[in-house]
Amino acid sequence: MLELLVILVCIGILVSGVLAVWLSNLLAAMISAGLSSLFAAVSYVLLAAPDVAMAEAAIGSGLATLIFLYTMRKTDGGREP
Amino acid sequence: MKRVCAILAVLMFAAMFLGLVQAYSERQARSPLAEYYLTQVPRELGAPNVVTGILITYRGFDTLGEVAVLFMVAAAVGVLLGSKKEQRAKTSSTDGKGPSELVRTGAEVILPLIFLFGAYVIMNGHLSAGGGFQGGAVVASGVMLLILAMPASKLDHGFLSVTESLAGVLYVSIGILGIIIADGFLDSHVLPLGKFGTLLSAGAIPLISALLGIKVGAELSVVIDRFRS
Repeated sequence: MLELLVILVCIGILVSGVLAVWLSNLLAAMISAGLSSLFAAVSYVLLAAPDVAMAEAAIGSGLATLIFLYTMRKTDGGREP
Repeated sequence: MKRVCAILAVLMFAAMFLGLVQAYSERQARSPLAEYYLTQVPRELGAPNVVTGILITYRGFDTLGEVAVLFMVAAAVGVLLGSKKEQRAKTSSTDGKGPSELVRTGAEVILPLIFLFGAYVIMNGHLSAGGGFQGGAVVASGVMLLILAMPASKLDHGFLSVTESLAGVLYVSIGILGIIIADGFLDSHVLPLGKFGTLLSAGAIPLISALLGIKVGAELSVVIDRFRS
């Protein structure tokens, strides 16, 4: 059961990571990158490392995504000039 | 051409990781180091959470380095983005429409809980999962929500910088105190161990945890705020 869950979460990491690269809409790609970070945090919890999971969830999927968001807003969001 | 290079790079990574995956087998016994940590940390440091005990005492110097790296990141972001802040702040606070009613009300309900949880994680680092670094990150994500939900709110950078520097100085001075009255730099036996499993136990670990939490929370908050303006 746990193994199945870990495999599902790993597939989630892979899919959202690939989506983050493939999507041309930058906002969606950014959310996707944050999502892969969140899946990684879940996998840490499943692998009995809650200390690392806490830092990953807060920094990886929270703060980093927000910094991307602000950077996108300050620049022209990746559109061709 | 570009695509061929990309595929080549991916294949090389695959070859690298294939060896790792094939050699992997689940460990049946603990390594001697893990055995030592698991049996000695609760006895020697009085901390039920072995991870925090290792991070703050045995690997205290690494933690200090980690915090120093974070400090340099905050300083670098300040140098790159801070100079134009004053004149930008006036324009950015008035432009556009604010967040919706839902976001604002939700933030008002959730924010105190997030800060409380951050403080809990920081102070219970030696008892349950978490510690200064994680708790500081939780507090900073609370600040992130505050900034998102109330764009007009302002962070006092001067106050945060002073708090953060004070926490860092205190952290290092506790470390130096360890050389004088305990077994070495950043040794947690500066304070008495106390009763096992209570909030104020495990020597200086809760104190160092709190200082780390304040430092990390303040640093990350300043970094986010610099990106906002």
